Amino acid sequence: MAFDWNFVAKFYPLFLRAAWLTLWLGLLGTFLASLVGFIGAIITYARVPGLNRLFRAYVEVSRNTPLLIQLFFLYFGLPKMGIMLESRTAAMLGLAFLGGGYMAEAIRAGLGAVPPGQLEAGYAIGLTRAQVIRHVLLPQAFAVAMPAIGANVIFLLKETSVFSVVALADLMFVAKDLIGMYYRTNEALLMLVLAYLLLLLPLSLLFYLWERKLRHAGFGG
Amino acid sequence: MLASAVSVFTAGDNLWRLLTGLGVAMQIALLAVFFSLLLGIPLGVVMTSRRRVLFLAARLYLDAWRIVPVLVWLFIFYFELGRILGIHIDAWLVSVLVFSLWGAAEMSDIVRGAITSLPAGQVESGRALGLSNWQLQRYVIMPQVVRRLTPAAVNLVTRLIKTTSLVVLIGVVEVLKVGQQIIENSERNVPSASFWVYGLIFILYFIVCYPISRLSRYLERRWVG
Repeated sequence: MAFDWNFVAKFYPLFLRAAWLTLWLGLLGTFLASLVGFIGAIITYARVPGLNRLFRAYVEVSRNTPLLIQLFFLYFGLPKMGIMLESRTAAMLGLAFLGGGYMAEAIRAGLGAVPPGQLEAGYAIGLTRAQVIRHVLLPQAFAVAMPAIGANVIFLLKETSVFSVVALADLMFVAKDLIGMYYRTNEALLMLVLAYLLLLLPLSLLFYLWERKLRHAGFGG
Repeated sequence: MLASAVSVFTAGDNLWRLLTGLGVAMQIALLAVFFSLLLGIPLGVVMTSRRRVLFLAARLYLDAWRIVPVLVWLFIFYFELGRILGIHIDAWLVSVLVFSLWGAAEMSDIVRGAITSLPAGQVESGRALGLSNWQLQRYVIMPQVVRRLTPAAVNLVTRLIKTTSLVVLIGVVEVLKVGQQIIENSERNVPSASFWVYGLIFILYFIVCYPISRLSRYLERRWVG
């Protein structure tokens, strides 16, 4: 079968719509993951009793299980216990559950990399606790954590490729559908790859440049 | 309720079938680990090369696997490889191939990182001591490079295990597929079967991956940090 450009012209809007859905849910899930990760990293950093251990257990579970299985449990398992989740909600929560653990590790590493002397120096010049956190701890921790956070964002957006298993019309879903209906494998796969490149190339380039800029800023040599 | 949950796994040889399914996934992962080391280590050495063409080719290979999700690669190989070669290639073989190639890409970057992180002073002081090229490699560079790359390589094993769960989506009969079959058969008697079966698979993956990631962190602390 010769490559059929008409097929591409006819069906590319389906991929654009799916890419939009992927981006939207992916970014929302990533945002939630960052929130979970940030709060969790603070809890571990400050060694909040009780919560600290609980959160560390969560980090281990989220990092040592595949997203695919997490989604199956959320979407097909939980309803049997009376917890019904809509496709989009399940996908987003799954991504947040997975990503929360990765983000927490990245941010915790950043916080841990700030030398205690920095905080002590902050207190010594009369900054309040809040000021030390806001102006001394977080900026430096963020600079160190940034490359790992960027890598996590890309990782999480790629992980959205399993969303079709919770009945979401994402990119994989559309590609599989078109292949099943028309056997136009080449055309469907090309559009699939291009759609992912469209989503991920600009972001990876952005993080690459950002990381270089931060490295030039040269925190602590 | 718990009794009915247990009955899902004790009926027939369901638990054993699930474990066998997990074995299929692990087998793919372990084969991929083997080929990742075999291909990834030389590729990583190539990535430290100053020959521009070689370096760019290796870099392009890595980026291709990094940017496009592994599931997309699985689809591409599954649908295109058999057609191009004109033979039927089964999903299991496609899975081993794709995860080996992906693992090799990731491994190459780990090897590259380990080699380039070695301070130049190590090589210089070795030479100053009058070590031959071979001695320098054998006693100065290799031991340190191996220590630096092992924690990340062990971590790659857990990533491979977790990611091979995707093979069910191109039709490999592994733990998740077996789980679906068990659910279909037992749902009439135990309506909550899917909660227990998917829950157990979730726990099984954790039991496999957790010790390996602990090992990776232990080695990291001991040898690198």
